[in-house]
Amino acid sequence: MFPAAFDYLQAHSADEALAALAQHGGDARVLAGGQSLIPAMRFRLAQPAILLDINPIAELAYMREGDGFLEIGACERDAALEVSPIIASRYHLIADASKLVADPVVRQSGTVVGSLCHNDPAGDWPTVALASRAQLTIRNSKGSRTVAADDFFVDSFSTAVADGEMAFSVRFPTPSGRTSGSYQKIERKVGDFATASAAVQLTLADDGTIRDAGIAIGAVGPKATRVAAAEALLNGQKPTRDLIRAAAEEAKKIADPSPDQRGSAEYKREMAGVLVARGLVASLGRLGVKGEA
Amino acid sequence: MKVNVTVNGRAYERDVEPRTLLAYFLREDLGLTGTHVGCDTSSCGCCVVVLDGDRAVKSCTMFAVAADGHEITTVEGLEQNGVLHPLQQAFWDSHGLQCGYCTPGMMMTLVAFLKQNPKPDKHEIREAISGNLCRCTGYQNIVKAAEQAAAELSKAAEPQTAGVK
Ligand SMILES: Cc1cc2nc3c(=O)[nH]c(=O)nc-3n(C[C@H](O)[C@H](O)[C@H](O)COP(=O)(O)OP(=O)(O)OC[C@H]3O[C@@H](n4cnc5c(N)ncnc54)[C@H](O)[C@@H]3O)c2cc1C
Ligand code: FES
Ligand code: FES
Repeated sequence: MFPAAFDYLQAHSADEALAALAQHGGDARVLAGGQSLIPAMRFRLAQPAILLDINPIAELAYMREGDGFLEIGACERDAALEVSPIIASRYHLIADASKLVADPVVRQSGTVVGSLCHNDPAGDWPTVALASRAQLTIRNSKGSRTVAADDFFVDSFSTAVADGEMAFSVRFPTPSGRTSGSYQKIERKVGDFATASAAVQLTLADDGTIRDAGIAIGAVGPKATRVAAAEALLNGQKPTRDLIRAAAEEAKKIADPSPDQRGSAEYKREMAGVLVARGLVASLGRLGVKGEA
Repeated sequence: MKVNVTVNGRAYERDVEPRTLLAYFLREDLGLTGTHVGCDTSSCGCCVVVLDGDRAVKSCTMFAVAADGHEITTVEGLEQNGVLHPLQQAFWDSHGLQCGYCTPGMMMTLVAFLKQNPKPDKHEIREAISGNLCRCTGYQNIVKAAEQAAAELSKAAEPQTAGVK
């Protein structure tokens, strides 16, 4: 199928993009990697009047660490994350996910920020963003605001980005001290969306207790969901088998999956628990904590 | 809308509707039918072409107007002056194809991949083509061909230091 007709605009700078969005408001749709939007247009699930292509904006294709954050610009493609030594060394959760999003060719076009803005309930980056306490920078022609991941994902395929606005970057807090994480995804085949997924990030205190737990599940509800109850259970505690089991139970409680060709609701709910437990064990293993866990 | 692209080293200017997908632009406007369309829904990798030398893209999932000012390499651009590209030769030697439908996409995915990772191991090759579906070969010989081509290409890239130690 071919997309419905549209007018095509290219932005070559951030200012040009913001001016076009100010002029066209809700008629304009941002085109990033196109790996979700173009298929949606082909199926006529999306029929934007105007497509604003941000790919030529070189200043937004960046990844940099500083001020306590790893910041990724709106035009930075997934493939850049996979080979980043900074991500491999310190951002284990992101490193895991970067190898599991879509397939390698799609990752050479798709962007992290585009995926967050798309907010597919089975998307990988929203789950990662919630567990790692990411923030998004959103701008319009008048100014800029920062939105926490918790407030960014409104509902399936809907986010805090309003008409006339664009997301400029995502910022992941730089892990401090003994931090690791893990991304767990069940997929039917390479390049498939998750049947269920879990993102885990843990920071340990000097005494071996969990100082900060970030846990989120994906593909098991209308949007990626943070499992705050599991985080609360873990914080301040020494990790044990029982605690991990209890955290997994919290994930199952909050999961609200729909049955589809990837599995029944019962199966997906069960997997949400299994994947949270696996993510916790893997994160602890990377932190050198074995035995009890 | 005007599009100016360089395809396989040759400059083209065409007038296209913005909604024209790159795969159809290559096949129908430029007559370069080496790029195949398989699933037409971004899933099979049949239509992969190389953008600006080292980025593999599914040409069914990019608009032709977005390629304005860019360089595209398609399977037709691999052979030079009657000599097959090392990947083409390797696919031939290792029987890396049967019906050949997936082959242009496989080769173009590998062209970009071998630029990004000139000395891959078997596992990395399998990863690299994991988004390209082949219904005939069982992939074994495609991986073999990629290994042969990688060796050939890195030999060619090494500085001529024969005899110098
Ligand atoms: C075969 C295939 C398999 C896939 N498998 C997976 C998978 O397993 N997991 C997964 O998570 N994803 C998967 N995807 C989706 C892929 O990762 C997309 O690239 C990603 O979801 C969207 O990123 P994009 O840059 O391509 O955005 P686009 O498709 O360009 O845009 C997506 C949406 O976000 C909006 N948008 C984009 N950028 C901005 C911005 N800066 N500000 C405001 N709005 C913006 C667009 O207007 C559009 O509505 C798959 C895609 C394909 C084709
Ligand atoms: S035809 Fe483009 S991915 Fe299948
Ligand atoms: S050779 Fe027939 S699909 Fe690959």
